[in-house]
Amino acid sequence: MKAKTFKGGIHPHDCKHYSNKAAVEDFPAPEKVIIHLSQHIGAPALPIVKKNDVVKKGQKIAEAGGFVSIPMHSPISGKVIQIAKFPHPTGTIQQAIEIENDGKDEWFSKLKDEENYFNLSVDEMKNRIKNAGICGMGGAGFPTHVKLSPPENKPIDMIILNGVECEPYLTSDHRLMLERPEEIIAGLKLIMKIVSAKRGFIGIELNKKDAINLMKEKLKNEKNLNVVPLKLRYPQGAEKQLIYAATKRKVPAGGLPMDIGAVVQNVGTAFAIYESIRFQKPLINRITTVTGDIVKTPKNLRVPIGSSMSEMLDFCGGTNEEIGKLISGGPMMGFALPQIDTPISKTSSGIVFLSKKDVDTVHEQPCLRCGRCVDACPMNLVPTFLAETVRNGMYEEAKKMNINDCIECGSCSFVCPSHIQIVQWIKVGKLEVGKLAKKANEK
Amino acid sequence: MNLLNISTSPHFHEKIDVKIVMWSVVGTLFPALIAAYIFFGWYSIFLTALGVITAVATEALIQHFRKVPITISDGSAVITGLLLSFNLPPNAPWWLPVLGSVFAISIGKQVFGGLGYNPVNPALLGRAFLMASWPVQMTTGWASKLAKASVVTVSGLKNSLIAGSGNESLQNLITSATPLNLAQQIRGDIADGVGGEAYRTIFDNLSSLDYIKSLFWGNVGGCIGEVSAAALIIGAAYLVYKHYIEWRIPVSYIGTVIVFSWMLGGIDGLFSGPILFHVFSGGLILGAFFMATDMVTSPVTKNGRIYFGLGCGILTVVIRLWGGYPEGVSYSILIMNLAVPLLDKITPQKTFGYRKKN
Ligand code: SF4
Ligand code: SF4
Repeated sequence: MKAKTFKGGIHPHDCKHYSNKAAVEDFPAPEKVIIHLSQHIGAPALPIVKKNDVVKKGQKIAEAGGFVSIPMHSPISGKVIQIAKFPHPTGTIQQAIEIENDGKDEWFSKLKDEENYFNLSVDEMKNRIKNAGICGMGGAGFPTHVKLSPPENKPIDMIILNGVECEPYLTSDHRLMLERPEEIIAGLKLIMKIVSAKRGFIGIELNKKDAINLMKEKLKNEKNLNVVPLKLRYPQGAEKQLIYAATKRKVPAGGLPMDIGAVVQNVGTAFAIYESIRFQKPLINRITTVTGDIVKTPKNLRVPIGSSMSEMLDFCGGTNEEIGKLISGGPMMGFALPQIDTPISKTSSGIVFLSKKDVDTVHEQPCLRCGRCVDACPMNLVPTFLAETVRNGMYEEAKKMNINDCIECGSCSFVCPSHIQIVQWIKVGKLEVGKLAKKANEK
Repeated sequence: MNLLNISTSPHFHEKIDVKIVMWSVVGTLFPALIAAYIFFGWYSIFLTALGVITAVATEALIQHFRKVPITISDGSAVITGLLLSFNLPPNAPWWLPVLGSVFAISIGKQVFGGLGYNPVNPALLGRAFLMASWPVQMTTGWASKLAKASVVTVSGLKNSLIAGSGNESLQNLITSATPLNLAQQIRGDIADGVGGEAYRTIFDNLSSLDYIKSLFWGNVGGCIGEVSAAALIIGAAYLVYKHYIEWRIPVSYIGTVIVFSWMLGGIDGLFSGPILFHVFSGGLILGAFFMATDMVTSPVTKNGRIYFGLGCGILTVVIRLWGGYPEGVSYSILIMNLAVPLLDKITPQKTFGYRKKN
């Protein structure tokens, strides 16, 4: 199979075998859910319920906090217990709504089914997406209705669906493509209609040959829709790298995909878009992979948003040995969480449990100047110099070296023989560079 | 509550650390060591062992007195000892590797703070020190008394031509010199109008396929570790495959040597030079794959590495053809080591997505 790719990058073991054969299972509605107000990029949602309010499944419980924001809905019927601070899947503590299940599973308003959904007006479609509270489900969490409203001077000619899932371990997108290909394709067509794009691609890595073949089969008679098989290489699923691999177009530094006429959407998002337009279904559940070599039976679960990770783990039989690390998201870019009692959010593509022996405990050693990080960087930066300038407090210098173009993919840290926490230094550096810019603005 | 480990991403790491890289380099130098035994005998192994032991002991001692953690297990001192010994004549006196290693580790490495901070390749600095202090011992003793194979013969040449010509000085030249030494002298003599046909034939023989084969496998005179290009290439191939060294430096280095030796290295004017002779003789293969690629002392930027190899290549050819020494690899690398900070600075990488500003 001819496959495309980008320059740089790494080859971590994909570790997908734990869960890629496990068909999606429904995770039963839990006793209670915790719905965070910030599950996306942009302003937090504003609660419109209060303590002791009775809510139904699918009912809006928080309003979008601005244009770049999304509303939240209750995935269960029950009672609001409190609005308070809870652990967040990014490792912080944030404001959330806690709801207790009454076990009745009553919908707020019954789901509709509009057979003619494809003929709705573009404005109506966007409205439904907005009302459903959809954000990018691959991890970034950018509000989808915003991404689908490019300014008029940026015409979009192609949509790329991201089915790459290049993070090791995660298989939720893979399973979705295998089990709901038609819905994903319908989602793709809807997106194309909304931004009036002519062509559509679905990018899939070669370790999902079954998904590639299935999608190819389904797209046999579609002239404008194509599957793009991609080589196994991390971070193939990063937006800029994916666009480059599929089309050879480069997103300008500091720019957005729409600058070169492209919009990228995760396959899970496309599925949610389809459901929101056809059934007016709010985003209240998603597919999340629960995996890791210490998990008894790794699974792909359809989970209500706000379910607790510890209950999800129990549903998978718990672990065989003591947990070394719990990662929310994939091991390359995900967050290590201090407590297992954390709820999942709309962007939780997976939770990975690492054993003690998989936790990297090697100390940072002096840089060998081996250049491996340079060869691995998909953005063609010089990671070792970025880390060094930040360590020495030379933030101006770091800025000149384009520290802000780093996509924090972690490839550099992954290959470093000295185990230097390059990404950590870069994150610190970005904050400091931001402060510098702010100061300069104030003057 | 029971809290779990946290850290920033990534939470995954390649199975690699400094030790793995360094000991892999040590391992990949073993074929060359075996070749040394085959062509030069036990004494060359003894010299190498002395060099390695001294290097490790010096590192441990200095770190002990500096009151810093002793890091001899990372294998980097072993590499320095190995490479230093590999750059000695197989018949050198025993104290040569000892003094060389002490100098290499102390002045070449620990003075700057140890691994990662040294500006030049310690082994090469050690060699330069020996070369400056004991030039005679460093440039004689090429053929080992214990040698099993015929060393320092230019096949088919000694017997017929030289013996026949009765030219004694020429005979001495051939049995005592390395091939490069020979080539340089002959080229010089021919340029000065001495030597005549006999010289020309020797020179042609040096670039004959037969002779290149000897160079490739190793039955010629030379330093301990550099004789067998084949053995070195086996080791280097593994390092490149594992991404422990990167292709840019060796390719640009050897490529440059090819181009310039072809252009300037002949006796019949431009573009008549014996390319393969230059590639496989002397320490070029050893230097290009194991010394120029020394991580600490080579550029980190991609283009920097290309220029680094280019510089090494040009210097090597210049020294080989016109320099005061027949062999140019170690000095070229040493000089280019000093240019590394500059090279890194003038070759910033073009970040993905940046366009030329109009
Ligand atoms: S510097 Fe940034 S973009 Fe480059 S490899 Fe490291 S994390 Fe990825
Ligand atoms: S990979 Fe690590 S040791 Fe090598 S140059 Fe980069 S930061 Fe330095």
